[in-house]
Amino acid sequence: MNAITRRGFASGLLLSFAFAPALAQQTTPVAPRRLPGSLNTNRRLDAWLHIGADGRVTVCTGKVEIGQGAVTALMQIAAEELDILPGRITMVSGDTALTPDEGVTSGSQSMEMGGTALRFAAAEARAILLEKAAARLGAPAAHLRVQDGMVSAPNGNGVSYWALAEAGLLRREATASVRPKPPAEHTIVGQPLPRLDIPAKVTGQAIYVQDMRLPGMLFGRVVRPPSYAAQLLGVDLDSVRKLPGVVAVVRDGRFLGVVAQREEQAVKARLALAAAARWSLPSALPVQADLHAHLKTLKHDTTTSSEKQAEAAPVAQRLQASFTKHYLAHASIGPSCAVAQYAADSASLHVWSHTQGVFPLRGDMAKVLGLPLDKLRVTHVQGSGCYGHNGADDVALDAALLARAVPGKPVKLQWMRDDEFTWEPYNPAMVMEVSAGLSAEGRIVDWQYDVFSQGHNNRPGNPARGINLMPAWHLEQPHTPPYPRATPQPAGAGDRNAVPLYDFPNQKVLHHLIPEMVLRTSALRTLGAYGNVFAIESFMDELAEAAGQDPVAFRLEHLRDPRGRAVVEAAARLANWQPGTRGDGSHGRGFGFAKYKGLSCYVACVVDIEVDRATGGIRVARAFAAADAGQVINPDGLRNQIDGGIVQAISWTLKEAVRFTPERVTSQDWDSYPILTFPEVPQVQTVLLNQPDQPPLGSGEASQGPAGAAIANALKHATGLRLRALPYTPDRVKAALERS
Amino acid sequence: MAAITLTVNGSSRQVEAEADTPLLYVLRNDLELNGPRFGCGLGQCGSCTVLVEGQPTRSCITEVGAVAGRSITTLEGLGTPDRLHALQRAFIAEQAAQCGYCANGMIMAAKALLDSHPEPSEPEIRDALASYLCRCGTHNRIVAAVQRAVREG
Ligand code: FES
Ligand code: FES
Repeated sequence: MNAITRRGFASGLLLSFAFAPALAQQTTPVAPRRLPGSLNTNRRLDAWLHIGADGRVTVCTGKVEIGQGAVTALMQIAAEELDILPGRITMVSGDTALTPDEGVTSGSQSMEMGGTALRFAAAEARAILLEKAAARLGAPAAHLRVQDGMVSAPNGNGVSYWALAEAGLLRREATASVRPKPPAEHTIVGQPLPRLDIPAKVTGQAIYVQDMRLPGMLFGRVVRPPSYAAQLLGVDLDSVRKLPGVVAVVRDGRFLGVVAQREEQAVKARLALAAAARWSLPSALPVQADLHAHLKTLKHDTTTSSEKQAEAAPVAQRLQASFTKHYLAHASIGPSCAVAQYAADSASLHVWSHTQGVFPLRGDMAKVLGLPLDKLRVTHVQGSGCYGHNGADDVALDAALLARAVPGKPVKLQWMRDDEFTWEPYNPAMVMEVSAGLSAEGRIVDWQYDVFSQGHNNRPGNPARGINLMPAWHLEQPHTPPYPRATPQPAGAGDRNAVPLYDFPNQKVLHHLIPEMVLRTSALRTLGAYGNVFAIESFMDELAEAAGQDPVAFRLEHLRDPRGRAVVEAAARLANWQPGTRGDGSHGRGFGFAKYKGLSCYVACVVDIEVDRATGGIRVARAFAAADAGQVINPDGLRNQIDGGIVQAISWTLKEAVRFTPERVTSQDWDSYPILTFPEVPQVQTVLLNQPDQPPLGSGEASQGPAGAAIANALKHATGLRLRALPYTPDRVKAALERS
Repeated sequence: MAAITLTVNGSSRQVEAEADTPLLYVLRNDLELNGPRFGCGLGQCGSCTVLVEGQPTRSCITEVGAVAGRSITTLEGLGTPDRLHALQRAFIAEQAAQCGYCANGMIMAAKALLDSHPEPSEPEIRDALASYLCRCGTHNRIVAAVQRAVREG
């Protein structure tokens, strides 16, 4: 099986066939017919597939591997539709010179957009090959059979794809007129195919951008201001230039960096440069304890996420509550990294990056660096897990700004731990206010919900409106980020999952987007869904209690969606949910449910927790989950995503908040931003409800909201304490228990 | 810069570096090994772990001068894609990686554990890995992989 290795990072072109890059950015004709998935925006078959005379198939995808197995799953889809063994396929992913532009790999869209496109493209390619085979074999295409690329006629004659392959075979616009295989016929899709990249990762092969070594490569490091608002008062660059191995010291406005022969020399020069710089350090941030009250005082742009009115029974009792969460860090284990190399004449630039979007990154970088688009190539190489928009894009610009000082030489730059923690764009702090009316029969008849949040989607990709690359904000000629805009429902952003899946006759959901960057924010797994599901599902339990009903039964009372009901029931069954049980003061269990984005994967989660009342410490002892991600492409990969999401959510819920003082962010390392460790990770039991006739749904972000909410409900069940403010760190739980 | 002789994965290697250079940079940049990875540079996360005389050691805070002449084992020294070590085989069998950036530390820590405790209990495995961080939530698969390596040796 061919991994997506960049065989010889230095080699310019990876593919043995000539690929005209123009084809990858085909302009769409006037009023084109809508094609499925990303095929709609990348309409040429040869942008996706190449059938080689040598028996190899190349599949190009604009989606990239960010540690979720997406590229393996896409390969399974192509192999399935072409009727070839997966081992014949070479995957090429995310390269502005080689692959289709599929925007950003995010929002669990790889299967829905990229997978759908590949499925139709491959089915059509197979039909084209069969048509040629039919002519060659003198038998109707409908009578031909294919096994691993070998086409045979009923009379026993045969011809292989490889013999039929010829230049230009797929040089045509896709029509999506060939129906992909019905799921019942799948033999590769749905199987737990081992991930392509894991053997390399456990044996120390070069696979990450951090592992790139180019001839003559130098090492860069940056020195950031101590805070967002800090201004550079003065810096002695000469003292740093004299240090051993230092090749260049760069200053552009308050952007500072060094380039050195050896990595440890760059690290030492960074320290020296930091010591040589004098900064102002104004108190520009709120007091963290007052954060949520402060957020509500800021200007916000309000949009209506949902509004419904209908006849309903009168309200007999009304409940209301306010929930909060803090800023969360992506906290990738490997700090962000990039390699950049200007041509010796400085006219063009090649960047290797673990960005989630090679094309959007290229657009923003080209504007900042003043390069034409076709002079800037961005190639994806894997990095550490990112979980959204971490420092990947920023460090690519950092590397380019340093490489510009040493034309012809590649510069590798990996951020230090504190660069990542203090400058990455966090998941926003949020306030969720909810009020609901119960009828005399205990049904929710009215639901009012307000969510306050900064923007969750401040990625590169709108260079005409502004630049979302942090280093560009620090230049002598600074760029500014675009004014944040709300992402429309149903996906939403700050209001992602703010619209409950439950059926309430009257509801109003308002999203208040705060444009000011108190702390810098952007996309982290689930965007607003984790906070909104925490609030909605906590409040559902509060309402169930007020109505005197079991939480699971109460949810089902309000849920018509049959797949949602099936998932709720499956999780309750798996966990042997018993209505009416009581917590004993320190042990309890809780339930949480959501359909991610209101249009994707369904997850219901049950957790059992233990609370140490003396310390306030919470341990999740066990977790159970039921998930419906539509058609299951790779069950093992899907479980890995659901379980991983639960573990990550336990960490967010029990431990995490970015810390800051009025002067600066103080979460700088793993001591000041602790995350869940092995002894704290529970066993997770997951049941998958396969829906072979439904489209596959992304799953990387579906379990976090339900898991966080289940912990909140378990804490209440165990101790009687309803804690509406995240995170549930021991000090905060202890203080709340003492107050209650 | 001084010439320093190291024994890495059984071979003697000479490098030119300042004695206070973190071992991690020498392994990655001079010896072109990829197993040990930079995660924090502070000794907090474990992703840079190597074995020095069999002991799990954080190479990001170990000066190269301090390990001259001592026997260093990296992930590459355990096995290769064609000749996998039992732990590597088990990590693949359990698909115990998402991004995989932490995998080096996990495998090296597990190697040291199994060398001293060939049949650890599940809680012992979790305790031995307590100071090795994973952000992807792959913990349970990593524990299962170590258990599989114990079973299948
Ligand atoms: S990189 Fe050495 S412990 Fe984190
Ligand atoms: S698998 Fe990504 S950090 Fe562990």
